[in-house]
Amino acid sequence: MSAWLRQHRHAFSSAMRKLSVLNALVIGIALALPAGGYALLDSLRPAGARLALEPRISLFLEPQTRRVDADALGKRLRADPRIAEVRFIPREDALKEMAAVQGLPEVIAALGRNPLPDAFVVTSKEDIAGELARLPGVARVQADAVWARRLAAATAILELGIALLASLLGAGLVAVTFNTIRLQILTQRAEIEVSKLIGATDAFIGRPFYYLGLLQGLVGGVVALALIALALMLLNGEVRVLAESYGSSFRFGFLSAPEASAVVLFAALLGWLGARLSVGRHLRAIEPQ
Amino acid sequence: MVSFSAVAKRYPGGQEALKDVSFQLGAGELAFLTGRSGAGKSTILKLIPGIERPSAGSVVVNGQNVGALKRGAIPYLRRNIGLVFQDQKLLYDRSVYDNVMLPLAFSSHAPKEAARRARAALDKVNLLGREKANPIQLSGGEQQRLAIARAVVNRPALLVADEPTANLDADSAARILEIFVAFNQVGATVLIATHDQALVARYGKRVLQLEGGRIR
Repeated sequence: MSAWLRQHRHAFSSAMRKLSVLNALVIGIALALPAGGYALLDSLRPAGARLALEPRISLFLEPQTRRVDADALGKRLRADPRIAEVRFIPREDALKEMAAVQGLPEVIAALGRNPLPDAFVVTSKEDIAGELARLPGVARVQADAVWARRLAAATAILELGIALLASLLGAGLVAVTFNTIRLQILTQRAEIEVSKLIGATDAFIGRPFYYLGLLQGLVGGVVALALIALALMLLNGEVRVLAESYGSSFRFGFLSAPEASAVVLFAALLGWLGARLSVGRHLRAIEPQ
Repeated sequence: MVSFSAVAKRYPGGQEALKDVSFQLGAGELAFLTGRSGAGKSTILKLIPGIERPSAGSVVVNGQNVGALKRGAIPYLRRNIGLVFQDQKLLYDRSVYDNVMLPLAFSSHAPKEAARRARAALDKVNLLGREKANPIQLSGGEQQRLAIARAVVNRPALLVADEPTANLDADSAARILEIFVAFNQVGATVLIATHDQALVARYGKRVLQLEGGRIR
């Protein structure tokens, strides 16, 4: 084994001995808040994001509208520059789609005739629902744009809040590590002084502290993931009951593997940064007299 | 090995510890540095490993101008100098053996070789039987010998000791000096600061006497 590797192993095991469970727990709790918030928001995102990206307006035509008139209306809609996309849903297709839903075929069979009108689904970023409602042959307009926009705005606010929380607690993590390392350096003052006298480089003396910061962040990150997993497990127990009453199988999902790794790596990086700042500031101050 | 040319050292606050010190210490030489307390003996010893830097003049150790060395080069200078202090600077949170192992942690020796060297150093100062003890359990003389073992474990070419026999009875002091003489006989350059004139006289070695910030 090379001397370089041996020195790193020495520094690593020295850092392992000084690793404090309590510090790792503090870091873990601080990280669990933004990372857990992100996981919750991420679970809610799929439905919301799709709606927010393409606010759709459904136009239901009068039941007796002839196909020729419907086609003319379609042409007119496609010519409108404010409309991004136009999709025509003939009443037959709508019926087929409905028949595919569990339990409804019997209902449709009982009706004996197709009760559904022809419809257009248009996509537009602009608020033109009122205008479309006044077009000839249009019976009713349903716009999901308004609440989709509200949802998007609310999501954006939450995202910003989580980002702010993450930066704040990230800075807190750096500060906690900075202080831990400072106290550790003060505790080992005699050893550091002697090491300097017998020819240890700053890199050699600082190395165990870098490892300590890194490990503390790393363990804190793992603690955060464990806390999030535990919280989600408890939450999902209740969410399942609520979701099932709505016929939904919705659950809050855990962070994806890349996201979870990112949390741990980011925590380790911040720990290392805190150690680096602390070592840079406090190690130089100890000079043999 | 060590060369001082017109060295002056003023501490912040205006205290002038050294005025004009010039001397040379050849490789393999053993010399005593004497003078009353406050004469500047400690300052000279601190200038050699770069603990202090000269205000004027030059300090050359092993061909390196210490005053001009960059901060990053100082550790490598010190690895070739064995330092023994009056207050020993031992670490009381570990065993005698681990104290001696300290300088070997950042040397490139394989673990087996490091352990062999540590034992050899302890053997030379006659502490091999006490390697598992804590330094606090050692007598004053034993602690000083442990400090010497730590200083020589990397086999430095230069040994510098500041009042190594202070606070010791005559018997222990004599044993300590015998150890330094033994190292000198195997080729190490040795500089010992002491105010004990009687002890110095007994050895008949070169004496550098400091008075009023100058070598007399």
